[in-house]
Amino acid sequence: MALLDVEDLSVTFRRRGQRTVHAVDGVSFSVDAGEVVALVGESGCGKSVTSLALMGLLPRRGAQVGGSANFDGTELLALDQRSMRDIRGKDVAMIFQDPLSSLNPVIPIGIQVTEVLVRHRGMSGDAARKEAANLLDRVGIPDPRRRLKEYPHQLSGGMRQRALIAIAVACQPRLLIADEPTTALDVTIQAQILELLKELVRDSNTALIMITHDLGVVAGMCDMINVLYAGRVVESARRKELFAAPRHPYTVGLLRSIPRLDVGRGEKLTPIRGSVRDVLPWSEGCAFAPRCDRRIDASIGEPPPMVPTHTGHSYRCVNPVPVEEKA
Amino acid sequence: MTLASGQKKDKLDRLSELAAVRDDEQGVSLWRDAFRRLRRNPAAIVGAAILLLFVLVAIVGPFLVPYDPAAQIGVQQGVVRSGAGIIPGPSSDHWLGYDHQGRDEFSRLIAGSRQTLIVGVVSTVIGLTVGVLLGGLSGAAAGLGGRWGRWVDNVLMRIVDMLLSVPSLLLAVSFAAILGPSPATVMIAVGAVSVPVFARLLRGSMIAQANRDYVLAATSLGVGRGRIAISHVVPNSLAPVIVQATLTLATAIIEVAALSFLGLGSQVLGQPEWGLMLAEAQRYLGVRPALAIYPAVAIIITAFGFTLLGEAMREALDPKLRK
Amino acid sequence: MFRFIVRRLLLLIPTLFGLSILLFVWLHRLPGGPETAILGERGTPEMRAQIRRSLGLDEPLLMQYGRFMKRLLQLDLGTSISTKREVTTEFIQRFPGTVELTITAMVIAIGVGIPLGYLAARRSGSILDHASVGGSLLGTCIPIFFLAYVLKAVFAEWLGWFPAIGRQDSSIDATHPTNFFVLDGLLTREWDAAADAIWHLILPGLALASIPFAILVRITRASVLEVLGEDFVRTAEAKGLTERVVRRRHVLRNAMLPVATSIGLLTGLLLSGAVLTETVFGFSGIGLFLYEAISNRDYPVLQGFILLIAVIFTLVNLAVDVSYSLIDPRVRVR
Repeated sequence: MALLDVEDLSVTFRRRGQRTVHAVDGVSFSVDAGEVVALVGESGCGKSVTSLALMGLLPRRGAQVGGSANFDGTELLALDQRSMRDIRGKDVAMIFQDPLSSLNPVIPIGIQVTEVLVRHRGMSGDAARKEAANLLDRVGIPDPRRRLKEYPHQLSGGMRQRALIAIAVACQPRLLIADEPTTALDVTIQAQILELLKELVRDSNTALIMITHDLGVVAGMCDMINVLYAGRVVESARRKELFAAPRHPYTVGLLRSIPRLDVGRGEKLTPIRGSVRDVLPWSEGCAFAPRCDRRIDASIGEPPPMVPTHTGHSYRCVNPVPVEEKA
Repeated sequence: MTLASGQKKDKLDRLSELAAVRDDEQGVSLWRDAFRRLRRNPAAIVGAAILLLFVLVAIVGPFLVPYDPAAQIGVQQGVVRSGAGIIPGPSSDHWLGYDHQGRDEFSRLIAGSRQTLIVGVVSTVIGLTVGVLLGGLSGAAAGLGGRWGRWVDNVLMRIVDMLLSVPSLLLAVSFAAILGPSPATVMIAVGAVSVPVFARLLRGSMIAQANRDYVLAATSLGVGRGRIAISHVVPNSLAPVIVQATLTLATAIIEVAALSFLGLGSQVLGQPEWGLMLAEAQRYLGVRPALAIYPAVAIIITAFGFTLLGEAMREALDPKLRK
Repeated sequence: MFRFIVRRLLLLIPTLFGLSILLFVWLHRLPGGPETAILGERGTPEMRAQIRRSLGLDEPLLMQYGRFMKRLLQLDLGTSISTKREVTTEFIQRFPGTVELTITAMVIAIGVGIPLGYLAARRSGSILDHASVGGSLLGTCIPIFFLAYVLKAVFAEWLGWFPAIGRQDSSIDATHPTNFFVLDGLLTREWDAAADAIWHLILPGLALASIPFAILVRITRASVLEVLGEDFVRTAEAKGLTERVVRRRHVLRNAMLPVATSIGLLTGLLLSGAVLTETVFGFSGIGLFLYEAISNRDYPVLQGFILLIAVIFTLVNLAVDVSYSLIDPRVRVR
């Protein structure tokens, strides 16, 4: 059994005076210890909402969560606030997108690191400060003792993200969720941060859920990839298989939007038409149909089912891209 | 590419059309969007209703009052002798009784709405005009940059700082004392208090607007500075100023009352005004406290109407609250 | 830090300089000129001319301004027409009363306004939220002096719970080394005197607190709501911190920053309101004396007091800004 089993997860936002939004609509995937699983998709596809639902961080009012998320025998979605607080930061930790706004601007970095240690590892005073310095050192922050006394605005963007990672790994969590951890950073820093994450996962056998819109990030480090569109998984495969033989037109579209060196100069990048807003509700067919070049009559009318293959690769499409026609 | 046919194609077209319409809706102007949200806010409706009633009474009220608000009927008839502590209360002829000079209180309250509105509006317009001139000049100068621009901005802002360094009521008192008693004094004094507020506000939002991407874009396309200021920066910066003006109307009415209370109010001959009525009634609190309560309640309700509407407008225009 | 304070103090100079010009112009624009203020409407033309000469009003304007400034720098603000005493002396004697009153009002406004604003934000959309927002909007619309009269009529004259006027009961024969009546009572160990002085502060304090209270409720509410939506609060929650730690360390601490800056502005409102409240309650402070100066056309007092209040108000704002830089590290570095 996997460390985390997400089964048929759904999140619905209901607000008075506004339309109900199915942000996540029956998502299933699983993560093993030491495994890196990616949730990939454009903004608004439900990948971040999925992570917040797992962490129990969605607003209590207005958000309705269904399905199940089994974490090593514990049903995360059924836990009350108090027990969830005991798990968060200790067994399941999260790294957020924007390191500047995700750190409290008026509190020294040191306290923001030690408060997790105090809460979950029962440390106090000097012991906590020492451990905090160790953690900063481990994530590659030079001169950690001095940094502990500094405030977030005194650190560079990369340093801040390293500090956030230090906070997340402080209690050696078994599952780490990274929500676009490199999006707000410079390209050179991005690579360093990804390398650091890879290292941490390898050294401590932590499971990692990587949430990103960037297949480039995924290519270097993920074992399993789930492509999300409009709240549903549209394709799921091991990394090599997905890059070698993508079946869903949306995945192909995502791959084609990445500039590549091995493609001739004359060939243009082919972006996906339209935007995420041009969706069809899943109940009326394939949500991607309005933007899809391969849509056929069967694309519209009823929701396409997930088609499994013998290799563990599955896709949600009635007219999949043939295997030869790879990107 | 496989083409969807017949019915299903129609359906798709309709869906993308719908999506396009939705896009348009999201792109409607700031003002229409704000107005739509304003209409949904009950506080705004209540505020607007109070104001509408107030303005209506101020316009037609003085023609409909049962008695001449300046005629000392009670004294002529000998029923009112305030010196001896005799000021009769409500009766079927005089719904709210007499005031200390034997005038019909109801007629004065109704007729007083007009002068109150005039004093409030005029003082706000004075503050708004001077403040917008100062702030606009300062904002434009700061936007133009250069040594000269910064110098102008600095000098103007020091003047504003100076006005801000005196607590508002005392600033009004100073102006009232400098100008001496005249009907315009109160309006100028109360207007002066809001000058620095408007100036700061406009300058601040102009500088913020000038740093927006669309202004940079327009500049890089070679659109002239004057055109940018007139067509982009000023209209977008005016929203907070208009909100502030609505709120200032409320404080202006209250400050006029305070000045009257301090003995610095002045009356247009024969025209009742709520602030002055309230201030004059203080001397007869022991005899008939209701004489203070009527104009006070009128002031509070009116100021509340302006405040409700102003706050609702601020909320409707606040980009942070827009979702 | 030190440079920040020095810069702020230097910025104060042009402001005060401008203010002095305003006051100088005022002196000259007085209806009938200062000689009327001194002599009243009586006085022969010869007497007027003599006073003009003795005041140096026949000299060129620039010289007059120079002398005016010189006196100003020596803190010589002239003599009161009605009491014939130095304006500065009158101010120093009456200022403690106003300080006691404004502190009382501030304590009430902060003590009730901030918790209420916080609760309203935590339960945003609830009845408590709507009531406190609506109530605070209404609160700003009540003329302070009217509220003061209502409080006085109900709680002092009708129910008799509080004294109606003054700073201390006349039957108490207390010594006043500092003129801060509450402090005096504590220093001289005359507990009754101190208690009585506090008793006299409550009603005017309540009336004066109304507007700062209303403003604090709304600022606190808006600020807490904004902070609750910040990413770092989500981070704190993701760390699994207890609700108490999240609230105190992450929400409240950050939400108090805009509230702290507003305290300076509130001081201005309090000083304005003090004139009205002190007048209604016959509470001897600078406000009541200003009111009397207005009625008596005692221009030197009016002028001097307003200048001194402006200086104090500016210094309070400076102090607020400096202490703000202590709680917000982002300001400190610049």
